[in-house]
Amino acid sequence: MILSEKTQKKILAEKNKYPQPKTAILPALYAVYEEFGYLSNETMKETGELLNIPFLEIVEVASFYTMFPKKPTGKYFLQVCTNLSCALLGAEDLVKHLEEKLKVKTGQVTPDGVFSIGRVECLGSCGTAPMLQVNNLHFQEDLTKEKVDKLLEELKKS
Amino acid sequence: MTKIVFKNIDKPEQYKIENYIKNGGYQGLAKTLKEYKPADIIEMVKKSGLRGRGGAGFPTGLKWGFIPKDSKKPKYLCVNADESEPGTFKDREIMEKDPHISIEGAIIASYAIGANVCFYYIRGEFVLCAQRIQKAIEEAYDKGYLGKNILGSGYNLDMYLYRGAGAYICGEETALLESLEGKRGLARVKPPFPAVEGLYKSPTVVNNVETLANVPDIVLKGADWFLSIGTAKSPGTKIFSLSGHINKPGNYELDMGTPLRHLIYDLGGGIKDNRKLKAIIPGGPSVPILTEEHLDVKLDFESLVQAGTMLGSGGVIVMDETTCMVKTALILMNFFKHESCGKCTPCREGTVWLYDILYRLEHGEGKKEDIDLLLKVCENIGGRTICALGDAAIVPVQSTIKYFREEYIAHVENRGCLTPFKFQLN
Repeated sequence: MILSEKTQKKILAEKNKYPQPKTAILPALYAVYEEFGYLSNETMKETGELLNIPFLEIVEVASFYTMFPKKPTGKYFLQVCTNLSCALLGAEDLVKHLEEKLKVKTGQVTPDGVFSIGRVECLGSCGTAPMLQVNNLHFQEDLTKEKVDKLLEELKKS
Repeated sequence: MTKIVFKNIDKPEQYKIENYIKNGGYQGLAKTLKEYKPADIIEMVKKSGLRGRGGAGFPTGLKWGFIPKDSKKPKYLCVNADESEPGTFKDREIMEKDPHISIEGAIIASYAIGANVCFYYIRGEFVLCAQRIQKAIEEAYDKGYLGKNILGSGYNLDMYLYRGAGAYICGEETALLESLEGKRGLARVKPPFPAVEGLYKSPTVVNNVETLANVPDIVLKGADWFLSIGTAKSPGTKIFSLSGHINKPGNYELDMGTPLRHLIYDLGGGIKDNRKLKAIIPGGPSVPILTEEHLDVKLDFESLVQAGTMLGSGGVIVMDETTCMVKTALILMNFFKHESCGKCTPCREGTVWLYDILYRLEHGEGKKEDIDLLLKVCENIGGRTICALGDAAIVPVQSTIKYFREEYIAHVENRGCLTPFKFQLN
């Protein structure tokens, strides 16, 4: 299997946890996403085998939910909220700044594979706009150009 | 102002169970199990007049009462923490800072409807919330507030944290249930309503986080106490999330019936850079906008309906005089187009049409007839979809045209936008 033993264990732990087996699909996909940062046909096929759920049903679910990228992103996937509250406080400017700094467009990965930029809908961080999210994990809020530059430096080093 | 949900929100490390208990937590649950039968709790919440705080405002006690008493099937409670209405971030603050208040409310609600399993469904992006709720659930098990024979009452309840994965529609209760069943989050045709056929075809109640966070105090202090707060028809408090061009954004818990002006100017510190107010979305983009003339409207279910809008989720987005209304509608349509689940044709196709027309207006390629065309497309979406997303999607278009039609005309005449969003990143 391509899935690591750790991920396989996580998936199997979800398998019989819920009243019905299909409820385990999303938690299992989270485990795959955490290992690879995206979902591929191969990893989804293996997820289905572990859960005894047909591959197509896994794909059907996975394709609906936007938090699981279906192709590799940068090591740090920077998703900028461009919904209204963030847009009112400069979100478009934030996207432009990132594109200029990283020399890639939204949807692209930097040649060294470290960064990619995306847009995302409201993340419930409107009182601390504008904001972006790193890898579905960390919220960076109340952003200024200076803060963004510092963040990029820190991420580059880590 | 009364504080119910937020009464302990700023106390240090309130998210830890020992602090929650020290500040009076889990007494509502203890009282429930010691003194009341499930039916008593439903009656009490019915009498309190508590209505759902997620957006639709359905009476909570009534919803619980719909659960059939004679059904042999298992019953489920689902906590709706899929907070995704743009401009709304109140449930996030509850979960991050005082998670146990919602868990205590959920346990009481589960007891009332006879559920032995509860799912706490959190939108996937709220990572800290999920961590706090997971830890809080474990703490509650350790202290005997969850699991077998809770506080020696004989009542059993298991609670599972469940993470969504990026879909606005999953805040719609039937889509949430589909998602929990491991499917695409498509809204279901109602009836059957979830109370009869919900999760795994069993009787189910879906309640918002803020709604449940009101329940422990209602049990402790009584329905009459709750009725004494707010207005006669909208009792209690509501948390408003304030964002946009405002000096002091954030969450504010207010007595129902508080004037909008008080929120914007006294608490919110007024409009950024002393600019003039142009428009306000009072309850998330699914509800019609208001303008300066509405500043004295009272923030409660009935008063907002009278003013032509709705309380919604309590997400208040403030826009100053520099804000282009066509661009505002365009941004929101991009959102609805993206989040339409695709099940109903009018919503799936209509939101794309609306987006395309708004896009060409904003970018100087609009025609005069486009404004009426927008309204016509809206008419063909509204009321023609299974869930409320279609009805919500047309709201930004209809309400910005209602108050700012001249701005749409100007976009045609000027061949584009003369007031693009001014705010730049500092």
